Amino acid sequence: MTASFYDVIVIGGGPAGLAAAISAHDEGAKVLLLEREARLGGILKQCIHDGFGLLRFGEKLSGPEYAERFIDELRARQIEARTLTFVTKIDRPDDGAFCVHAVDRGGVWTVTAKALVLATGCRERTAKQVSIHGTRPAGVFTAGTAQHFTNLLGLMPTRRCVILGSGDIGLIMARRLTLEGAEVLGVYEVKPTPSGLTRNLHQCLYDYDIPLYLSHTVTRVFGADRLEGVEIAEVDDRMRPIPGTERRVDCDALILSVGLIPENELAESLGVRLDGRTRGPVCDNDCMTSVDGVFCCGNALHVNDLVDYVSQNGEQAGRAAARYAPHARTLVELQPSDDLLCLVPQTLDLTGGKDPLTVYFRSRGEENACTLEITVDGRAVFSKKYAFLRPPEMEQLTLQTADWGLTGQSVVRFELKRQKEVRT
Amino acid sequence: MNLSKLNKTLQKQFGGRVRASAENGCVVLRGELDDWADVVAACQTAAVKNSTVHVLNDIVCTGPADAPMRLPADSDASLEGDAPDVLVIGGGVSGASIARELTRWQLDVLLTEKEADLALQASGRNDGEVHPGIDLGKGSLKHKYIRPANRMYDRVCKELDVPFRRVGQYVVFKKRALFPLIALYAFWRKHHDGIEDTKLLSAKELLAREPNLAPDTAFALYNPSAGCVCPYGLTIAYAENAVQNGARVRLNTAVLGMTVEDGRITAVRTNRGTLHPKLVINAAGVFAEEIAKMANDRFYSIHPRRGTNSILDKKAGAWLQSIASVKELSVHGKTHSKGGGLLHTVHGNLLAGPDAVETREKENVATHPESIRTVFDRQKGTMPALSERDIITYFTGVRAPTFEEDYVIEPGRNTENLIHCAGIQSPGLTTAPAVAEDVAQMAVEMLQKTRPVEKNPAFNPIRKGVPVLREMSDEDRDAMIRQNPDYGEIVCRCEEISKGEILDALRAPICVPTLDGIKKRVRPGMGRCQGGFCSPLVTKIIADFLKTEPTAVRKSSAASVINWRTTKDGEGGENA
Repeated sequence: MTASFYDVIVIGGGPAGLAAAISAHDEGAKVLLLEREARLGGILKQCIHDGFGLLRFGEKLSGPEYAERFIDELRARQIEARTLTFVTKIDRPDDGAFCVHAVDRGGVWTVTAKALVLATGCRERTAKQVSIHGTRPAGVFTAGTAQHFTNLLGLMPTRRCVILGSGDIGLIMARRLTLEGAEVLGVYEVKPTPSGLTRNLHQCLYDYDIPLYLSHTVTRVFGADRLEGVEIAEVDDRMRPIPGTERRVDCDALILSVGLIPENELAESLGVRLDGRTRGPVCDNDCMTSVDGVFCCGNALHVNDLVDYVSQNGEQAGRAAARYAPHARTLVELQPSDDLLCLVPQTLDLTGGKDPLTVYFRSRGEENACTLEITVDGRAVFSKKYAFLRPPEMEQLTLQTADWGLTGQSVVRFELKRQKEVRT
Repeated sequence: MNLSKLNKTLQKQFGGRVRASAENGCVVLRGELDDWADVVAACQTAAVKNSTVHVLNDIVCTGPADAPMRLPADSDASLEGDAPDVLVIGGGVSGASIARELTRWQLDVLLTEKEADLALQASGRNDGEVHPGIDLGKGSLKHKYIRPANRMYDRVCKELDVPFRRVGQYVVFKKRALFPLIALYAFWRKHHDGIEDTKLLSAKELLAREPNLAPDTAFALYNPSAGCVCPYGLTIAYAENAVQNGARVRLNTAVLGMTVEDGRITAVRTNRGTLHPKLVINAAGVFAEEIAKMANDRFYSIHPRRGTNSILDKKAGAWLQSIASVKELSVHGKTHSKGGGLLHTVHGNLLAGPDAVETREKENVATHPESIRTVFDRQKGTMPALSERDIITYFTGVRAPTFEEDYVIEPGRNTENLIHCAGIQSPGLTTAPAVAEDVAQMAVEMLQKTRPVEKNPAFNPIRKGVPVLREMSDEDRDAMIRQNPDYGEIVCRCEEISKGEILDALRAPICVPTLDGIKKRVRPGMGRCQGGFCSPLVTKIIADFLKTEPTAVRKSSAASVINWRTTKDGEGGENA
């Protein structure tokens, strides 16, 4: 180690962490980036399909290409990045600087920093977390695991599979496995609407004649050694399997794309408060969590559908972490109505600068012709019309809050208003 | 039991479809029934608890048949003509511990297991509780072994380097009115049955120790001698120590038949050739009855009973430091389960379960949503914060009880070179260390009838497991990594397992180079992502270690293929 004290330590070298490290450096901070895998880039490494960077670069890049642009920037700035480095714990002697304990092939070491950026990404929900029963054969994979086998190791985990969940990775894998010669029998989605981006539905399923079955789920798997089939059932409006609708589909793999969960075990060990809706930390407009000096960004904060937003969010967190100086925050809570699946950030720090506020939200259901209205103590301060909102597609808004007349006691609400409630 | 009285009862219950007769010291039930539940009920009617006169189930069940016994896919002649002193059939905790105790003697010991790893059935599919014996009365083998075995755990687990913690067990009661009855029960257990550690705790004391238990608790029975152990870890450790001391362990090796001449087993047929053991030990779990039949010594019947446990995230593991379960006294029906409970595992997770369901299927370990519901509905009474949301996995095991609900640990009744270690069910994991000592002694005495058997002077009871780096201090861990940098390369992020630990598991005395084998030994894939991130990495490490193609790596058995082939341009991947 050349130095054991940094202004900012970024944990995680995926798109969020890379952007955070670069922006923190550009703000003049001395930065260290820690990555647990052998190479930088995070999950982008295995995303060899295109479509990354449309918003940011106006180009359709593959995942590795997108990551490489940031890795090049990192290298150009000679920002210190350590791979195959795993953070085991973080403590804070005397409530001062953060002491990060890490292991790598050289041993165990500690480094300290004024501020931390947690960019630890997310993990996939597993079969047992969506209550799939039956045997435990080989052949049950999360879409990301199947993607790792296929794209990084060049191995084919299936010949004939069923995909549960219409999340983006599932759709991408439906196409990928088809191109590699596997038969994808169908994508089954428990919800009445698809979970993935519309463009992925077209480019990955419809273009390849892969059927999508809505309001269906997999309830059981069969096979003692290798998977031999799955039981499919229709579900009711509360997503519970309807008895009598079960049927068996013979296949050799079940591939799951049933949701992502932000990885926040390190954050929790620091006492960071989590949001039940996003399952990521509660943060303010500077991506600072409930623990002063701990910032969070990317999919660890909330699950994004476009990497462009992740990079943007990472830059924001990195910049704020570089500027971080302990101060008493005056936080106003941003309250989402029940129509909103999530709203990030959850709080606004009034003591911060006058930067515009960037918020991200998703609607809970599919909405046509609606208005997002923001009120401060019941007084409307902002509204925007949307032709449609879909839960899989995250919306981003940049807001000027200077003239909202906010005080520490203000109640800020985000609400969806349907333009016409049609009664039948 | 009076046979004519029994037949009258059976007549009434089953309308003459089942009859009992006394044959060769057994009560044999014959007839025809449609439903397995009725078969079990008939045999239970005939059975006398803890009796050594066993019920033999020869009732034809016309209902859906059980699948034939799973057999290894491959066969060879590698054991052809082999003549071990002792053949132990079954690689569960019973077989593995018996094999280890036998290696204290100068004997050629061979253990065969038909599955791809040890502890793949009941021994690896239970809650890992080391029971105190509070529910056991005098007169059973379970009771005979429970206290001595419980006391052995500190020594055995230290010798074998297996995690064990004596965390104590609380049996929680919600009705104040039961206090006098339970006080009397505890007094009786303590002074009559020798369960010396049991005591009563007030709700206040209980909640001070375990604040997350239900606040409406009235009082609890407390057994400080209860503990938890890693059940498959213990089995593997026993088997490894046996191998270190000269025993042979052959996985994927199934006993298919025997030749019995003049009351002696003269040949044992396997998928690896025909053996001629001097003595056979039947520790075949749910298949003990089949083995007994092959040996012409069938005098008990096994009725499989499955149970499902759930493993919850380590975050939920922090809510309870011990073992706890709520007890309701039920007036109707007897139950053969401890009713399930909650347990803080040695690895820091919370475990909930198991339930108990009679089943005809000996090897069907599929899980069912009803099992999870039954356990959670009940255990939310123990701990209100318990939530299905925290489940990371669940698994089913099949217990192997006799109808008398006690163990069968004795020499063959018709066949002289045979010992049964059968009918093992809860608390079979707990009693294994003591049972193994007894069975080994029995075996040595039988062999000594024909020739002297000497002590093994080289016997070493110490087995060193794979170091657990995540539990070390930074200083110790650093020193380890400096000796072997692979210990510093984390492969499993959830459980913090290094490449070095995985390679150590591959170099262990019994190498099981599969994803499940590695998972059981050093835990990659046991965490909250369930192997999502690490399984491709572990696959690659195994392939590199074996110097084989990654497509050759299996989840467990030979048929549990993970990857069928390389992609169209697979040569260009990281395998190249």
